Formats: sequence, C-alpha cells, structure tokens
Amino acid sequence: MGTLKLLQGNEACAEGALYAGCTFFAGYPITPSTEVAEYLSRRLPLIGGAFIQMEDEIAAMGAVIGASLAGKKSLTATSGPGFSLKQENMGFGMLCEVPCVIVDVMRGGPSTGVPTGPSQSDIMQCKWGTHGDHPVICLTPGYVQEIFSETVRAFNLSERYRTPVIVAFDEIIGHMREKIEIPDKGVLEVENRKRPTCSPAEYKPFDETKGDVPPVADFFSGYRQHITGLNHHSDGFPVNAHPRIHTDEQRLIRKVEGNRKDIIRYETFMLEDAEVAIFAYGVSGRSGKNAVEQARAAGIKAGLFRPLTIWPFPEDEVAALASRVRAIVVPELSLGQIIFEVERCAKGKCRVEGIYRVDGDPITPEQIFDKIKEVK
Amino acid sequence: MSFNYDQYIRGGKLPHIWCPGCTYGIVFKSLLRAVDFLKIQKDDIALVSGIGCASRLPGYVDWNTLHTTHGRALPFATGLKLSCPDKKVMVISGDGDATAIGGNHFIHACRRNIDITTIVLNNFIYGMTGGQHSPTTPVGHLASTMPYGNVDPNFNIPDLAKGAGASWVGRGTAYHVPALDKLIIEAIQHKGMSVLEIINACPTTYGRRNKFKSATDQLLWMKDNSLPITAFDKLPPEKTAGKFPTGVLFKKEAPEYCDTYYAMVERVRKPKEGRA
Repeated sequence: MGTLKLLQGNEACAEGALYAGCTFFAGYPITPSTEVAEYLSRRLPLIGGAFIQMEDEIAAMGAVIGASLAGKKSLTATSGPGFSLKQENMGFGMLCEVPCVIVDVMRGGPSTGVPTGPSQSDIMQCKWGTHGDHPVICLTPGYVQEIFSETVRAFNLSERYRTPVIVAFDEIIGHMREKIEIPDKGVLEVENRKRPTCSPAEYKPFDETKGDVPPVADFFSGYRQHITGLNHHSDGFPVNAHPRIHTDEQRLIRKVEGNRKDIIRYETFMLEDAEVAIFAYGVSGRSGKNAVEQARAAGIKAGLFRPLTIWPFPEDEVAALASRVRAIVVPELSLGQIIFEVERCAKGKCRVEGIYRVDGDPITPEQIFDKIKEVK
Repeated sequence: MSFNYDQYIRGGKLPHIWCPGCTYGIVFKSLLRAVDFLKIQKDDIALVSGIGCASRLPGYVDWNTLHTTHGRALPFATGLKLSCPDKKVMVISGDGDATAIGGNHFIHACRRNIDITTIVLNNFIYGMTGGQHSPTTPVGHLASTMPYGNVDPNFNIPDLAKGAGASWVGRGTAYHVPALDKLIIEAIQHKGMSVLEIINACPTTYGRRNKFKSATDQLLWMKDNSLPITAFDKLPPEKTAGKFPTGVLFKKEAPEYCDTYYAMVERVRKPKEGRA
C-alpha cells in the first residue's frame, strides 16, 4: 500500500518527478506553475539534489540540459510566456538528444493573457514551438493522480528515447486538490537512460549503428565528447550541407513516431457502441466524461476518447473512431487547435464539431451535452 | 622543448574555422598551456560555449565540450557545475555572446559567484555574421550595421563583471602572450566566478573597416594602448586617456555558490537534535 495524500496537481507533478528519480530542478517563478518549483525547493535539498531558481526561463532550460548532460534526471516547470521562452533551448535538447522533462501548466494567452485562468491553447506550441523539424512527446494528464503517474512516465520516456518530454496540463488541474496514492518505491517502473558499454575511444554520442536511440555518456565519466546544437555527425562534430543531416533528422523523428504503440496512451469511456464521440483531454476530458453520462441517461449513445499522449497524435485511433461514429465533438480551452488534428485523421468520414472557450472558465458538461444532442 | 599541443587537440578537427589574422588561435594555445600547467585531467574539465567565432573553440579540444545556443553558455555551465561541483567548468564566449544576448546570464552568474572560469574574447564586433556592432564596438567606429559610425555606447566588460559580483576579474590581450598564460592560470585557480576579458583582433570584419592596415596593426594597437594595472593606477588620468589596463583588475574572497548550496543541503539533511 502506498501513501495517501491530498495534493494539488502541481504538487503531484513534483512528487512524480521525485518518484522517477529527478535530482535537479531549474525554474523561474510563473503562475500557474510556481508550486512545482516551490515544492521541489523544499524536497530536493533533503535528498541531496539540486534546486536552482535561474534568472529567467531561458536560463532554466539551459541549466536543465546542462545537468542532464552531467547524468542527472532534470526537470523544469513553466507556463504560457515562460514556455515560449524555453523553446530555443528545448530544440537544442531535441537535436542533441538530451533527456529531460518540461512541465507546461497552461494558462490563457497570447502574451500575458490570463495568468490565473486555465487554457489548452499551448497544445500546438508543444508540437511546433521550436524551429525546425523535431520529435515531440507530450503527455496530457487529466486528474491529480494522473499528473503524478504521467510525470513518472514522462521521465521514463525521456530516458528511453533520449529526448525532452513535455507534460502539459491546465491551470484547473494544476491547482485542484484531489486524493492521490503515491505508490511504494518499485511499484511503478523507473527507467534509466542506456549508457555506453564500449570503450571511450570507440564511443560516438550519435552513433546510429547502435539503433535509433544511441547510448548516452555522462560528462566527466571518461567518455569525452563534443555536443553541439549544429547538425552533427555520429561523433558529435558539426556537419554542413550533407545527406547525413536528412537521414539523422529522419532518425530523430522515427525514434518517436516509430514507437507510437509504446508512447501513445489514452482512456476510452463507453466508446464501444457510441454514435457520438467526445475527443477531449485535461480538464475538458473530465467535463466530457460527465457529458457522456448525461447523454447515456437521456438514451443517447455517446462515448469519450481521452488521450493521455497528445504528441505523437493518436492518428490511427482517431481514424478508426471516425469510421464508426456519426460525429466527433472536440471541446478545448482554445479557439480551436487540436480539432485540426482530429479533422486531419477523420478524413471527412464523420462530422467533427468543436466547442471552444477562452474566457477563463472550463467548458461545462452541459455545453458538451448540448452539442451531443445537436449532432446525434 | 616545445609544447606538445597535439596531446589536447582532437585528431582530424583542424584546420579551424577562424580567418587568417584572427587572434583566437593565440588564445587557444595559451589556454592549452595554462590547463596543462595546472595538470587538470582531460576527463575532469568541461568547456562550454554559446554561438559566434569564439564559441567554435571547444570543438577542437579533447575535453568534455559543449557548444550551446547563442548567449546561453553560462546557464548550461551552471547546470553542469551544480551537478558536478568538484569538476572544472569553463566558459568561452565573445563580446556579443556574453554581454548582449547573454548579458542577463552573465551578470547573474557573476552575482552567484559560481565557480565557472569565464573567458570573454572581445574582438569588438560580431565576426561570424559579418561585422555588426556589438556592445564593445568603440563609438564612432564602423560596422556593417553602423555604416555612419557607431552611436551605441559600450560596456566595459571587467567593470560589468565586478559590479555584478564576480570575485575575480582580469583583462589580457592576444599580444601579451606570456602574461596571458599567467592570467588564464590564475583565473582557473580562483574559486568563484572569474571573468577574464581577452582583447582580440578581427581583421576581417572589424580591422579592415576601421583603418587597421593589417592584423599586425591590430596587435600593435593592443601593445600601444594597454598598460599593466600597476602602472595604470599610478598615472594621472590625462596620461591614461584612451588606454586600457591589463592584468588582475579585481579580486575578493566571497562565498562560492555551490559551496553555499551544498552546505545548506548538509544542514537540512542533518537529523535535528533532540528528536529520535
């Protein structure tokens, strides 16, 4: 039996990081994610870990990558404008294949927007925020318990695939308190990055002949290496205008897209015989579940598809859903972002209808129920 | 016996990218001699850089090397250092990289007094992008983005470092090489944030626009316009006008960031007295 606690989502996120073996946090204060930093500033020193509040969001992302290169499991947490600022260094982490976790507690935007209000409008930034082609893994928990477990999973995926992983949730579940169970050590799997077994002389940090995820050596471990944000050869040194760039960037994408089955997780609720499906994540997924119950009580066959992995997008699952339901309803706290992905995968096989809201309140079950009645 | 540079230079990585007449090669060799003198093992040292001509230096040297994003070497280095406080972490940067785009990180690393040896190669220009003015381009001088003469006031890098809290501040030049070796050694030996500005020549994008006939002219300019701090301090202002002091410009004893952090960790991890 684990430990029962009453925690807010941000605190559960910090607990998940600790469970996963995180020993380094760098951050910058920003609403509504600050509690992640505050919690870890208390806890990390107690386990001999490092906490540092940097001078800005950019620096926090840089420090996290530096610590990870030294072998530490590293985390940063931010929101809205801070997430925008981190993007360049996140791209560095993706190209240089540095495991780390970035938490984005979404608030309204653009610009300063609504710092204390919930949002789901960073979801495309999670995918396309940094420049260039790049792999993205992004998880979207919807409950405090899930924030804990998905943060553990985020660390595991970042170690397994040697890439930054984003955990994105909204202000409501970031601040909501729920009962959670923190499992005993060893109950949830905790994974560590594959380190080299070859001699230092033979080691190449980006050796594609070792598979799509080459082993990663820690700085100061005897495996002297060069890491650069320039496109690079397998030995880490820069490459310019060369077919290698094309094949290596394809490998980076492939190590995520080619492992969709391992990475993609979702919950379905009464979806088997559904004629109307709700596609919703985070707090909108919670409203979606309630709306399905209301619809079923009214005799309407509705069901919910709630992705826990939003990137890579569950393409096959949404395509299969579209071919057997009359309509997919997409409630999201934006003016329409993830609906484009749903439409892309539905390929016109069913109606796709959005419910959008950016006034600082969540989409209610009633709003979704009304839309279900409209499209049934 | 001549110094064996090959023991530190990565096989097959030369020639370097620097232009003919660039003085970064002089600094590079000085850095290798300094680290060799201090007998720091290759596995125990990391050299971190941002973006620009100076930032390509780490690629040539057989240490743990990290070429990061523009201006951000110090944050990456901070993550490394705080994770491995017993290792030697150094940053190599340029005037634009360290004091323009990286200015915020620069002052805060100085304020923390984290034990990172920071070497700023000041060539008064953005060389890699073709000669745009930087925070150290002299007022009135020409740059590709100051075609009518620079109107943008300057940073004095050692003053900036001192004011921000660095506990060791020095300045050398690519002309005064034996003195430079000693300055780099002292900068590395110092526990805390040490900032060493090294005056360099960029004949390609700065010198040729600003009436230096050759790279040698720029080196001679360093000779003619610098004074050791000991001499500089003794002269009246009218004798030092237009000249810059070199040497160890400032040092103080101050708590180092990682020491302070891990002392706190030790304190809070100690079981409280009077409790089981």
